[in-house]
Amino acid sequence: MWKFLGKRLIQMLFTLLLFQAVTYFLIDAQPGDIADLLAHDPSIPPGERDRLRAELGLDRPPVERFVKYIGNFYTGNLGVSFNEYPRQVTDIIKERLPRTLVLFFTASIVSFWAGFMSGKILAWRRGSFVEYASTIVGVTLYTVFTPWFALMMIWLFSVQLGWLPAGKFLSPEVWITAPASANAIFSRLIGTGFVGLTVMLAGFIISNKVTRKIRVPLRVASIIVPLSGALLYWTLNGLGVWGGDMLQHLVLPVLTVTLIAYGGNMLLTRTSMLETLREDYILTARAKGLPDKVVRDRHAARNALLPVWTGLVFSIGRSISGGIITETIFSWPGLGLTLLNASLVADIPVAMGTLTVIAILTLVSHLVADIGYAFLDPRIRY
Amino acid sequence: MTMQTNGITVSTATHAPLWRIRLRLAWRSFKSSWATFAESPVGLIGLGVIIFFGLFALAHPILMHTVWDSATYDPQMGYDMEIAFHPAAPSVRHLLGTDPLGRDVLSQLMYSTRYEFVLGILSAVVTVVIATTIGAVAAYYGGLIDAFLMRLADLVIMVPFLPILIVLSSFTEVGMFELALLIGLLSGFGGNTIVIKSQALSVKVKPFIEAARIAGGSDFHIIFTHLIPNLLPIALLYMMFVVTSAIFSEAVLSYFGLTTIKMSWGIMINTAQTQGYLLRFDTWYLLIPASLAITLLCAAFYLVGRALDEVVNPRLRSR
Repeated sequence: MWKFLGKRLIQMLFTLLLFQAVTYFLIDAQPGDIADLLAHDPSIPPGERDRLRAELGLDRPPVERFVKYIGNFYTGNLGVSFNEYPRQVTDIIKERLPRTLVLFFTASIVSFWAGFMSGKILAWRRGSFVEYASTIVGVTLYTVFTPWFALMMIWLFSVQLGWLPAGKFLSPEVWITAPASANAIFSRLIGTGFVGLTVMLAGFIISNKVTRKIRVPLRVASIIVPLSGALLYWTLNGLGVWGGDMLQHLVLPVLTVTLIAYGGNMLLTRTSMLETLREDYILTARAKGLPDKVVRDRHAARNALLPVWTGLVFSIGRSISGGIITETIFSWPGLGLTLLNASLVADIPVAMGTLTVIAILTLVSHLVADIGYAFLDPRIRY
Repeated sequence: MTMQTNGITVSTATHAPLWRIRLRLAWRSFKSSWATFAESPVGLIGLGVIIFFGLFALAHPILMHTVWDSATYDPQMGYDMEIAFHPAAPSVRHLLGTDPLGRDVLSQLMYSTRYEFVLGILSAVVTVVIATTIGAVAAYYGGLIDAFLMRLADLVIMVPFLPILIVLSSFTEVGMFELALLIGLLSGFGGNTIVIKSQALSVKVKPFIEAARIAGGSDFHIIFTHLIPNLLPIALLYMMFVVTSAIFSEAVLSYFGLTTIKMSWGIMINTAQTQGYLLRFDTWYLLIPASLAITLLCAAFYLVGRALDEVVNPRLRSR
């Protein structure tokens, strides 16, 4: 296991380096640099332009600059944003990464769980009307033009129903009197969510080990206790108004990304379940007279989970690109929106920095998916 | 049957020429595959939608030459002088209204369709050529070549697709052709290769490969005339999914305004956005036709892919 992990980490590092090299040289090969960008300003004399170029190191050969860039990158210096001039890229990323992470993780986990649960039931009821209808919904969600889907969500939930705010991270008019910075409150929200989910998960894992009599009350408790704990915490700490405002803004983007990722997971589970249901051991289980629910959940679904988990590797990519599109439509100031805006104004340091962080996020998620695979399938030993 | 070996023509007992036998066999296997394909309504719906869009694209030049005069209905340069304010709501004159620049939405929609097909099919062909060649070579030779190519595929799978396209297309000039090539390359070296290679491995151990080798066939000959033809069905299947992702990616990039494409469904939505009509849902005809077209065509190729999956993969069939 440790050997595998070490090998994978080295492979990931190598991938990242290759990735950085390719993107760096591709962008570098384009005509024009920051000095040219500033040259549109007629008040800058030509000599000054050359001095600027030398100061920024743009007169050095590309390989030398790349080596220097990589050296700086791995010591935590990602340069300075061109667009928001004196601001460090690291600072920008530090501010926006948590927002993307919340969007990405919530959507990935919820869509995987929901997709798996509904997919297995659909495969079991093959040929019914529900199955056809859900397949259509699944395919639609899988292939829908994401920006349009996000706009339709806005139209439905904030224009027609008026339940949720249409976009942005917070409502400025509420935040004028806020006692703490938005990021501080957002960190607290993440902390609450994390602790609550851990307690909930622990409750459910323990409930699987105990006798049937206490299982149901334990499960109910493991939902109610963290929820009421979180509510109590946010009413007592006096920041409830602002936390609630942020949460309200969070719902619609998360829902959108979740639904987009859900379609693929559901369809994949259905296909995988259909293949598993043809296995001999399912016939055996049925012949033994086991109840349908047991055959479905214990015999078929567990084996059908493996390909779906492999499919998670592809769905990570979908969640990330879906996240970028969603962030753009909802003006959610995460990494995706930062990447797009930086690309549009040719802010190379920020674009490179965000792209690399998104690549790292993808690589780490893939690693987690691979490790999870070893837990799910005892035949796989790393 | 005639056969060319070392310049000498050898005649064998059958009377019909070889191509006719091949054609008949191909027709027979096509008929049985079609029967399986036609069993699922899903695939037929998808095929129907694709044919509809094909006719839609074909109808545009015909309409431009007959009914629509080019000054008013040209998808890029047209402007309707008789309407005071653009965008105008749908009317008999403009079935889907006009966009903020006074151009006919239906005409734009029809004109863009052909480019979506070109883009999707071009990137799918690039993908399939790369993926089958690499898959076949990796499976046939094994060893170091296989290890290298598969690690490369692993690398390509791991890097996020859309962010790269966003950065590349914003810092370089990306038109329809470059985009198709880029998408084809990225998906050709990635996941498709691995799937096709696993299929190639199972073909490689079949007796006819062994027979071809004993008959003195070179590696090149075996790979290109015996191995790759047997990989084409599964390659065709994956082509469908590549078309879906290519059309989708183009639409997203054009919507963000990152491509230099003159007119496409994504550009239509981008125009609505840059003119400030995106969140005004009363001008639905600027947003919905193009979005719906993207969704429908993507879904159609995806559905055909799924139905083909049932043809190629017998374990999925309902009986």
